Amino acid sequence: MEALLSLFVRSIFIENMALAFFLGMCTFLAISKKVQAAIGLGIAVIVVLGITVPVNNLIYHYLLADGALAWAGYPEMDLSFLGLLSYIGVIAAIVQILEMFLDKFIPTLYNALGVFLPLITVNCAILGAALFMVERDYDFAESVVFGVGSGVGWALAVIALAGIREKLKYSDVPDGLQGLGITFITAGLMALGFMSFGGIDI
Amino acid sequence: MTAMKETLTGPIFKNNPIALQILGICSALAVTSSLRVTLVMCVALTVVTAFSGMFISSIRRHIPGSIRIIVQMVIIASLVIVVDQFLKAYAFTISKQLSVFVGLIITNCIVMGRAEAFAMKNPPLPSFIDGLGNGLGYSVVLIAVAVVRELFGSGKLMGYEVLPLITEGGWYIPNGMLLLPPSAFFLIGGFIWVLRSVRKEQVEESEFKLARHTPVGEGV
Repeated sequence: MEALLSLFVRSIFIENMALAFFLGMCTFLAISKKVQAAIGLGIAVIVVLGITVPVNNLIYHYLLADGALAWAGYPEMDLSFLGLLSYIGVIAAIVQILEMFLDKFIPTLYNALGVFLPLITVNCAILGAALFMVERDYDFAESVVFGVGSGVGWALAVIALAGIREKLKYSDVPDGLQGLGITFITAGLMALGFMSFGGIDI
Repeated sequence: MTAMKETLTGPIFKNNPIALQILGICSALAVTSSLRVTLVMCVALTVVTAFSGMFISSIRRHIPGSIRIIVQMVIIASLVIVVDQFLKAYAFTISKQLSVFVGLIITNCIVMGRAEAFAMKNPPLPSFIDGLGNGLGYSVVLIAVAVVRELFGSGKLMGYEVLPLITEGGWYIPNGMLLLPPSAFFLIGGFIWVLRSVRKEQVEESEFKLARHTPVGEGV
């Protein structure tokens, strides 16, 4: 239990997807002009990460890993080279299913998420989390915690950046830095701030 | 022929994928702390972008519009698997250092963006050249960032000593911050600033202008 809690805190703050590994940067920079939009996107990322990482974990452990097909009578089979293709396929499929499910049963949430849901398929944070999960060899419980935790971390970072950018538009920025340039530098300062969590150990 | 040359060189400075189109930043920043790793990443990305452009463009008339994203994904993912297996076989240590970032070329927005914006509308050869050009534009930014980070962060280039470190009897005190992730943000921010000071037409319009200072005596 303690190990899971520690993993949760670590994936939110210390190993923050956006600010420590630079994953999901394109969406992070593009959709952080307004806090409202950033909150919608953040929630969508938490939901999708919380589902896709555990599902990919099951697929990896029962279908793709070396010797995983022993239950089907193929103990020699190693399909791990198909990993990339299946993870992205699973992510695209789950996003599509989630979209249809929300449209049918929870239309308010569906409208709130709007265009962000399909965009998430090509968000590197989602695929990155799946790949990290495989590389670090998490079991099922750990992968659930890791998925939700890194989603929360990413959402936190994007909402904080949107808050800063809303204030920033009233400031006097040099011409060449206007827009993208100053956003990079802001994100860099935030990353420095998040690094100060590095010493925390639970 | 001139159109081809324009497709190749345009993305390098005039329409740079990282600095102007905001594409492909995702994996760009994390791999730049050492030049050798960066070069491998650049070659991998350029190869994937160029060939995915060519393949997608050659079947563009047969892809139904509604499932085109999935078809593009499958082509790109297969190319990335080839590159990944190649690196694992011939450059294992570098492939370990790149860890998940080779796989993340699949979701790199440059590859998808060029496939969607260029390859779906143009014949295979120009698409190949366009992919090559965008790969090079990405590489220029990455290599510039990596040179600064490795040279001033650890006094070395490609692992060879350039600035002798003070801990090894030299004179250079390394700037450790350049090896940490946040420095990449500052360097790219600075790169964009330099590029836009030279090419004024890329400057973004600000949302609000500061009001003129009220001269003394005019105020109420």
